[in-house]
Amino acid sequence: MTTKSKKQIEVGEAVGIVAAQSIGEPGTQMTMRTFHYAGVAEQVPTGLPRLIELVDARKEPKKPIMDIFLKEEYAASEEKAKAVAKDIECTTLDKVAYVEEDFEEKKILITLEPSELETEGVVASEVAKKVKALAGSHVEHKDNVITVKPTTSSLRNIRRLTNKLKQVHIKGVERISRTLVVKGKDGKYFIRTSGSNLATLMKNPKVDTERLYTNDVQETARVLGIEAARNALVREIKQVLDMQNLNVDVRHCMLLADAMTMGGEIKSIGRHGLSGEKAGVLARAAFEETVKHLINAATHGDDDKLIGVTENIIIGQTVPVGTGLVRLKVKLG
Amino acid sequence: MKRKKIRKRKKLLPGAIGPRTSVFINGRLVGEHEKGEALVAELKSRRRQGSLSSQVNFYFNRKSDDFFINTDSGRARRPYIVVEAGQSRLTPVLLEQLKKGEITWNGLIKLGVIEYLDAEEEEGALVALREENLSPDHTHLEIDPVSIFGVTVSVLPFPEYNSSPRITMACAMAKQSLGTYSVNFNMRNDSRAHIMYYPQQPLAQTHPYKLLGFAERAAGQNFIVAITSSYGYNIGDAVVMNKNAIDRGLGRSVFYKAHESEERRYPGGQKDTFEIPLPTTSGYREEKAYRFLGEDGMISPECEVKAKDALVGKTSPPRFLEEITVFGVIEEKKRESSLVLKSGEDGVVDSVMLTDSLAGTKLVKVRVRSTKVPEVGDKFASRHGQKGVIGLLRPQEDMPFTADGIVPDLIINPHAIPSRMTVGHLLEMLGSKAACYSGNLVDATPFSGDREEDIRKIMKEHNLEEFGEETLYDGITGMPIKTKIFIGVIYYQKLHHLVSNKMHVRSRGPVQLLTHQPTEGRSREGGLRFGEMERDCLIGYGASMLLRERLLDESDKTSLLVCEKCGSIGYHDFVKNRDNCPLCDDSKLEQVEMSYAFKLLLDEIESLGIFPRLILRDKA
Repeated sequence: MTTKSKKQIEVGEAVGIVAAQSIGEPGTQMTMRTFHYAGVAEQVPTGLPRLIELVDARKEPKKPIMDIFLKEEYAASEEKAKAVAKDIECTTLDKVAYVEEDFEEKKILITLEPSELETEGVVASEVAKKVKALAGSHVEHKDNVITVKPTTSSLRNIRRLTNKLKQVHIKGVERISRTLVVKGKDGKYFIRTSGSNLATLMKNPKVDTERLYTNDVQETARVLGIEAARNALVREIKQVLDMQNLNVDVRHCMLLADAMTMGGEIKSIGRHGLSGEKAGVLARAAFEETVKHLINAATHGDDDKLIGVTENIIIGQTVPVGTGLVRLKVKLG
Repeated sequence: MKRKKIRKRKKLLPGAIGPRTSVFINGRLVGEHEKGEALVAELKSRRRQGSLSSQVNFYFNRKSDDFFINTDSGRARRPYIVVEAGQSRLTPVLLEQLKKGEITWNGLIKLGVIEYLDAEEEEGALVALREENLSPDHTHLEIDPVSIFGVTVSVLPFPEYNSSPRITMACAMAKQSLGTYSVNFNMRNDSRAHIMYYPQQPLAQTHPYKLLGFAERAAGQNFIVAITSSYGYNIGDAVVMNKNAIDRGLGRSVFYKAHESEERRYPGGQKDTFEIPLPTTSGYREEKAYRFLGEDGMISPECEVKAKDALVGKTSPPRFLEEITVFGVIEEKKRESSLVLKSGEDGVVDSVMLTDSLAGTKLVKVRVRSTKVPEVGDKFASRHGQKGVIGLLRPQEDMPFTADGIVPDLIINPHAIPSRMTVGHLLEMLGSKAACYSGNLVDATPFSGDREEDIRKIMKEHNLEEFGEETLYDGITGMPIKTKIFIGVIYYQKLHHLVSNKMHVRSRGPVQLLTHQPTEGRSREGGLRFGEMERDCLIGYGASMLLRERLLDESDKTSLLVCEKCGSIGYHDFVKNRDNCPLCDDSKLEQVEMSYAFKLLLDEIESLGIFPRLILRDKA
């Protein structure tokens, strides 16, 4: 046996259970510590809430965040980095204008603020164009006032349109609500954002796309594919555990991430994900919603092949793990 | 009188509310007063003069301008010395009179020297703990600093030298100590009772301890304690005890347990009977079990009873009425329902009492007594939150001894001290040791007891090492131990957690009727649960065979007949001597091993209207 093969996991090792215990045991400590910190306003969820968020495969993290590293020529100076940040930050209409309805005349008045326009670096006509794109009909632009005459006369629909108009995207990258230029450990500047938009920023020539970071795993899966999402999951889980000074081997996190992503899309752990898709009827029935699984199995005439651990424990056989995996065969002739 | 001054509350006009004080009596608004503060002062001074009852309390809330007068019952009140202009009203002259007995407590209350405050009036009082702390702002003075403690704390020695969590623990443990809980314990039938053989009063006592008369109902003994390691037998809060000291009666107690049985009446006029059951009774035990019973079915005092012995013989009417056989009506068969001693409750019958219950039926109470000599696993604690379990009973000849030949009763580990900061424990050891030589009790009253210097002085007076450290000689080798060892006397309590009432083992035993799994709990001779997390560990380790042993072979293994054709569970027909499938007429059935719980699951699924089939295959 070589040293390498000794280090490898043997056939029949219950890696899943070991991984679950290895993450779960320090996790109990995390629970206690998390509740201890309750009440402290956190910017980004860390610790147990974040871990739950990852494992539950939520559509969007509670606080999406990006770290945008810049190409050499922009990363060196703070000013240039700030300029890029300003370009990226998303500006909406209500930031540069005052939007109000005139219910008697059935129109919406948008009063642009020249000073705001200037600081944001947008021209009034451009704004009017964007408004037109959304509202379509009857948009008049005169000096600093844009008048929208909606086609509908219902007050409710006017209010709805107003709210939509307020959120009209004027400039910058969508969903990036705030930016902050931070000096990295290497002395280079990078941009930390609140909100995430991987697809758009990948196209930005000023961005060092190879190092672009987002904490939104689902978005990573959409933009970069499932393999990238797996890596992102491993990284995020490990990061949460490291932050709490919990020494968990990465390979446990890797197994967890593998299990979550092996279907080509991110599956959650639990009833609606991994555990709900176990092969055995008995295993699923033993987990949650017993009757539902039993009745479904009955109507379909399902078989339980008794492959898993849970099933075999239920009926009282040796589990196909470790020593239970070995079978004796008689060699004939 | 009060009423005159308080105006009837007028209609509440917006302007009329004004800066008037609302007056409440026993929580009900009765009116308003223009000068609340003056009213409070006046009423209080009248109470002190004696023209108002001393049981009335006043509370003026300056913030909300409310004045509360409380006279109702059920308020907790406590006494204080009244302070006026920074001067205690309990003058040296009064104190002298009090000592001579010329004036009484009630006299002081009448004089307005002492007054009782309730929780509300306390809110407006500024109380000084000691007379020297008095300032012109103070309204009251504590009679003694100890009075800030309740009963449980104030009997602890030197609590001001201990960390607060240890005091809390000491209080909790003092309540579990064995002593003389009641003087008429001989006439009582408490379901469980412990009485200490030779209780002693502590050498270090607090003033409240004496006042409360605890010395007459002591719950502990003064142990000679050395603080040193002892061949590893006192690691982790274990203690080593002197075997010979125990044989001399140290820490010895009796345990009484009362068992009762009643002649119950059943609907239909039938009732239980106290008697020695006949061998024909259903559920009849071994004849041996009834050997102590008299004709009336009752045991006599001083019988040495063991597990499975009947204390009271009793039979009950059958659960169902007469069974009819071919011979006509058969005589009803009685059920055995004797009061039987469980395992681990062995002892001597102390008393048998026959009375009648509230329902008017016969009721027997049998009290069984057993002597509990300290053994490995029994729990002891000092009054400083220092508890420990006996780890070893060592013969006296093997215990360390001092130059004077003093052998400790108990050896605790030095690691028990630093992190817990129970300095009081050390001080009590030193103080009680000094008390042994001087012949006087130590005053361990919180805040005002003997000080370390006082104790050290006594030690010096008797030519003793003033810090209580002595050279000990190893009892096994006879060689002096290089380090000096702290040895002293301290009051230890035996706590009612005795191993003999707790220990439990099972190799084989009863199973539950429904699941065929082992029963749960000590009283039912139960097994220890091999739970989900334990199961996970075996899976994680890959120990399949061990897992099957725990979950199947040593639990609810069953063998059932399963039809090879349809997969349903069949049975063996002993009359026709053939295996039978409930569905198929002629099919082969196979013996299959499974857990009984799984069989129940199959039944349960069937009850849902689902037909589960078992598809059989040879084990590969």
